Amino acid sequence: MSTNGSKLGVEVRLEQLRRVFAGVVALDELSLTLAPGELVALLGPSGCGKTTALRLVAGLDEVTSGKVLFGGTDVTTLGANKRDVGMVFQAYSLFPHMTARQNVAFGLQMRHVDEQARNRRSDEMLELVGLSGYADRFAHQLSGGQQQRVALARALAIQPKVLLLDEPLSALDAKVRGRLRDEIRRVQLEVGITTLFVTHDQEEALAIADRVGVMNKGRLEQLGPPTTIYSRPATPFVAEFVGLTNRMEGEVKGGEVIVRGTRLPLVRPDTPDGTAVALVRPEAVSLASDGDAGGGPLVGTVIAVAFLGATSRVTVDLGDMIVLAQMPTSQAAATPAGSRVSLTLRPDPVLIARDETAAAEA
Amino acid sequence: MTAAGNPAFNAAARPLGGGRRLPLTWLGVVPFFIYVGIFLLLPTAIILAGSLIGPDGSISLSNFEGINKPYMYKSFTNSIEISTISAVLGAIFGALLAYAVATGDPKGFLRRSVMSAAGVVAQFGGVTLTFAFVATIGTEGFVYLWLQQHGIEMYPNGVWFFDLPGLTLIYLYFQIPLMVLVFIPALDGIRPQWREATESLGGNAWHYWRYVAGPLLFPSFLGCTLLLFANAFSAYATAAALLTQGGVIAPLQVQALLTSETGSSAPGLAKALALAMVAVVLVVMSLYALLQRRTSQWLR
Ligand SMILES: Nc1ncnc2c1ncn2[C@@H]1O[C@H](COP(=O)(O)OP(=O)(O)OP(=O)(O)O)[C@@H](O)[C@H]1O
Ligand SMILES: [Mg+2]
Repeated sequence: MSTNGSKLGVEVRLEQLRRVFAGVVALDELSLTLAPGELVALLGPSGCGKTTALRLVAGLDEVTSGKVLFGGTDVTTLGANKRDVGMVFQAYSLFPHMTARQNVAFGLQMRHVDEQARNRRSDEMLELVGLSGYADRFAHQLSGGQQQRVALARALAIQPKVLLLDEPLSALDAKVRGRLRDEIRRVQLEVGITTLFVTHDQEEALAIADRVGVMNKGRLEQLGPPTTIYSRPATPFVAEFVGLTNRMEGEVKGGEVIVRGTRLPLVRPDTPDGTAVALVRPEAVSLASDGDAGGGPLVGTVIAVAFLGATSRVTVDLGDMIVLAQMPTSQAAATPAGSRVSLTLRPDPVLIARDETAAAEA
Repeated sequence: MTAAGNPAFNAAARPLGGGRRLPLTWLGVVPFFIYVGIFLLLPTAIILAGSLIGPDGSISLSNFEGINKPYMYKSFTNSIEISTISAVLGAIFGALLAYAVATGDPKGFLRRSVMSAAGVVAQFGGVTLTFAFVATIGTEGFVYLWLQQHGIEMYPNGVWFFDLPGLTLIYLYFQIPLMVLVFIPALDGIRPQWREATESLGGNAWHYWRYVAGPLLFPSFLGCTLLLFANAFSAYATAAALLTQGGVIAPLQVQALLTSETGSSAPGLAKALALAMVAVVLVVMSLYALLQRRTSQWLR
């Protein structure tokens, strides 16, 4: 992988990027350094500034302030057509009057590569994305997934310094999406190109990236490897946006929160005392069949069991609140819908939800 | 569990909508075919039949020899000439206007007002339109007279307004808005990603127009120009009201042949000439349909 990385990858640096649209701050001081060959996913809800960030890196939009550097060279004022970036859009970006081969060759044509050489290179690129037999097809003769593969081949054909993908999978159906996601990752590793991948799908981001940057309202909330983002969210926003969380009311006291009689440590022990909402991951909730127990703060009825493959998600009604628990499917079999169960909360450090802390401070 | 899963219900429903689907669905298009039959096919058939009946009442091709005369020929080429000029100019100016509208805000005031104005103006034609022009820039028109009072002669090299150039000018009045209406869909089909993809692949604005937008829009542009041609070619009343001399363009020649002042009308000749016009429009519109089909695959 390291040999691949040295083939094309350059370091890409975003320094305090800021973009303001008519008074609206779309991007607020975004700083991010991508190591050569690294794939960073920018993850965030709609309107958080992901596309804006990507377009600034591509040179399709101008920064209000800040810098973009490729391999140490400042490219902030360079036009998009001089930047050597490969760009894959959400959908419908292939030139419809050109065949797949002509599409892939277009960037080389712009670079005055002779026809024979560029057709050879196009065919290589199409092979790389698994579309050898499709060179003469037009966009309307290709499926959505195939079109995106051609778009990827086209972006890579010019041997760009950076690959930028803006929700390249969001227009595809779930099954194709998963397959193409892995395919993009394979190609990216094979070519070793530094890549910025934008998505609002947390599962996608966690699955594909070396590091995930979670964005909120134009700011980068947390940047880290997928496992860290998932298991150690730095902010309540990240905790709630990435993965499922139970919002459970409790009492903060001396650096701990007491949720229905269970003491849980806090990620931020300096949280002021008072009532608060603790964010508890479904994996931290375990169930025990409890046929004879009459009641208690953590006893309830299973109302649904969702089979997700290797794991299952069990929905428990505690009377005044609904709690999700996630566990290996073999364990979930012991607690079918309708059964009485008692819950145990694993003492992982938990975060306190934002709105409640804000309310408490006010 | 609902009606769909109930066999008794299905069985009851089948005789109505099941096996005999076709006749019912076709019923809906019957009015359309009646319309086409009465207003399109029947007149064409009458023209065709009439053109084959010679002056002596026998079936012959003599009418087609009859229209092969210089003055007939001239009216036909005049028609083609002003149709072509008004179509090409209308297409160019209309496309530019459409482009300005299409690049603006899709729900903005400019687009809404231009589109509704174009919708009205494109249908405006005939005697009223000619009169409006005559009253404005005719030799009794208020603009003409006003300019004359201020020492400016609008037609220093002779009055061209009451001739073919004037007719072309009047035609432009409805050709340009028609172009806006028919060309906008193609422009709307152009996706911003294509420009951005061109840019990120190293192309500049010229490359974008030369290799992407140009080739994508050209078939539609050509098709719309043909539509404008047919539109002008078949216009009658506008020309009839402007041109004092009869038979200058083909539709007027047809009229002249039908109602000759000398009493020697020649309905067979008129129909032969009309048939030639139908043939031209048919060819033009077939090409138009062909080009539209091609673009519709690209610009959905
Ligand atoms: N050209 C523009 N003019 C004005 N405001 C804009 C423009 N482009 C983006 N914005 C605003 O900037 C903010 C960020 O937009 P951006 O497109 O980057 O979001 P995003 O994270 O990509 O969202 P999505 O997931 O919906 O694509 C939004 O509030 C948006 O309305
Ligand atoms: Mg976006």
